[in-house]
Amino acid sequence: MKKPVFLEKLLKPKDRTFGTVLLNLNLLSALMAIVVGMLFGLIIMLISNPSQALGGFGAIIISPITGGPRVIGQVLYFATPLILTGLGVGFAFKTGLFNIGASGQFTMGGYAAIMIGVYGGNLGGFQWVIGILVATVAGAAWASIPGLLKAYANVHEVISSIMMNYIGMYLVNYLIRKTCYNSLKNESLAVMPSANIPKMGLNHIFPGSFVNGGFIIALIAVAVVYIILQKTTFGYELKAVGYNKDAAKYAGINEKKSIVYSMMISGALCGLGGALIYLAGTGKQYTVVDILANEGFNGIVVALLGLSHPIGVALGALFIGYITVGGFNMQLYDFVPEIINIITATIIYSAACALIFKGLFHKIFKKKSAAIDLNGHPIENLRAVSDAPPPPEPQDQQKKGGER
Amino acid sequence: MELLFFLVQKTMLFSIPLLVVALGGMFSERSGIVNIALDGIMIFGAFCSVLFLNFAQHYMSGQVLLLLAILVAGVSGIVISLLHAYASINLNADQVISGTAINLLAPALAIYVARMIQGVQQITFNNTFRIPAVPVLSDIPIIGPMFFKQAYITTYVGFAILAAAVVILYKTRFGLRLRACGEHPQAADSVGINVYKMRYAGVMISGFLGGLGGLIFVVPTSTEFNSTVSGYGFLALAVMIFGNWKPLPILGAALFFGVMKTIAAAYSGIPWLLDLNIDSAFFKMTPYVATMIVLAFTSKKSQAPRAEGIPYDKGQR
Repeated sequence: MKKPVFLEKLLKPKDRTFGTVLLNLNLLSALMAIVVGMLFGLIIMLISNPSQALGGFGAIIISPITGGPRVIGQVLYFATPLILTGLGVGFAFKTGLFNIGASGQFTMGGYAAIMIGVYGGNLGGFQWVIGILVATVAGAAWASIPGLLKAYANVHEVISSIMMNYIGMYLVNYLIRKTCYNSLKNESLAVMPSANIPKMGLNHIFPGSFVNGGFIIALIAVAVVYIILQKTTFGYELKAVGYNKDAAKYAGINEKKSIVYSMMISGALCGLGGALIYLAGTGKQYTVVDILANEGFNGIVVALLGLSHPIGVALGALFIGYITVGGFNMQLYDFVPEIINIITATIIYSAACALIFKGLFHKIFKKKSAAIDLNGHPIENLRAVSDAPPPPEPQDQQKKGGER
Repeated sequence: MELLFFLVQKTMLFSIPLLVVALGGMFSERSGIVNIALDGIMIFGAFCSVLFLNFAQHYMSGQVLLLLAILVAGVSGIVISLLHAYASINLNADQVISGTAINLLAPALAIYVARMIQGVQQITFNNTFRIPAVPVLSDIPIIGPMFFKQAYITTYVGFAILAAAVVILYKTRFGLRLRACGEHPQAADSVGINVYKMRYAGVMISGFLGGLGGLIFVVPTSTEFNSTVSGYGFLALAVMIFGNWKPLPILGAALFFGVMKTIAAAYSGIPWLLDLNIDSAFFKMTPYVATMIVLAFTSKKSQAPRAEGIPYDKGQR
């Protein structure tokens, strides 16, 4: 099927003025967010304990890289689930959805993997493969609910997936207690050794660390998502719906199906992340507490840092893994590791504000409005490019408001 | 009968924080700013005010201390909500992302500061705030034991806030202007209303009520604060949507969610519920599931403020 010309224009920057070049230096804004976050962390540390602050801050920045292969392996291990949740959230961003439900999908995937890991003994060598696949399906299924509600009932995905986070968490806590519960430790039963993802040689490169084949699977996922988004018609259509639902519909794309597929792929990636953490063979079990999984929210950080681009997401996850390990080492200097969470929260906040800097560049170079969407695409520009039925603004606003 | 009184008292403890925080969210959203930061605001408000209680309880106690703590909670809620307001109003930031950032920042900051100050993350306080029986009123049959025995002053504060919210939103010039900014900011601007100011006001009210809600969630249910409000901010968000962004329906939704929470917490003491043999997890889930169902059926004709979540741009038509 040949796409109409305006859609072509919609997905590609039309002109390459200096402003657009700067705009494409999105990296700059992500780096800026990181710098602001780190500085804020440093300031907090300086206020709370001036004499140790520089040493502690140095530990965050330097210690993982100087700690030798074991510590680098730990960085990769902590980055692994974040790559997946980041990819999931980023994929949704790319297709115009905010999947704040990554946490719930991650938990559902984790539960599915644990079940296969505990009871799938007769699957033999395929046990971990099946575990991963089932987790992926579980994540996709959980995400399909907000997807369907968004597509067919006009329910805003942010609200519905927040609800799904809590429903999923309570449901998994219940299911763990009923099906695979270690009541002594208040956690899930240990998975069988055959369910653990093989090390795939990484234990030789990074001896003594937790890193395992999950990291390689995560990298494969990065490649797959990259191909889907950049090289396939399917991904192209999903992105088109994200940019402008009405224009995509006009071009003959089934926008409702696309929304559901986007959410499901996003959820599948998050579910896979859950499998990679509970089948990692590190003895980490699911603890039954009424707290949402933090990996899902860190996925949002990672996706924002990586500007939703698969490779950027991988780098963003490595960064978060890096400062997490650095944060452990920082405790030698009498600091509390929560400083890392303060830094990541500040990074998200500045990333949200960093969109304005890109908007400012745009304002300066193109004298257009600073209004931009999640991916940093100036909204005004999109309207200008799509010369086929541009939705008049007041109507557009009604739509947006009506989604809740 | 004793059981019923107990359940009503307990429901109040769960419902009032939800009511107050959801009303806060309502003010923000009616002004056009999506506020999913309610959870973070609650945590921050509770943290600052419990810290205040921890220090000030050596010098005073009882209702005066609680009222002062309420003020501290509200003011600290305003402080952190200003972060959200600045990002979403001045910087045109994505309001959901900015809210998410605050939700992550508040607990991290609370844990960090608590542990840096006193070594452990739990901050304790003495609960000297329970009113065994309100004079005169507690002698009224039925209503007396339900609302005026074993009560907290926070319950009455909550209802006072509800009354004030109704009046402010529907009977004052300020309320009308606030609602206009959430529905059609351009139109509001064209008649001389400062949209930015109104939206700041909306977010700051939500900060005040959110912080206050954090404190009145913690005080009756615990004697320590552990850097969490158990997702109550998100539940309050659900209450607000369930209540259709209107004060009185929000009261109804808060009571419904409060009853569910009460059942989840106390069902083992209620014989006929225990016989049903339903796991408490399902009672905990019910508010969220109910919200999903309601959303599924009502979102096509949702009454959400129309301009909600859209940064105001003076240049637009």
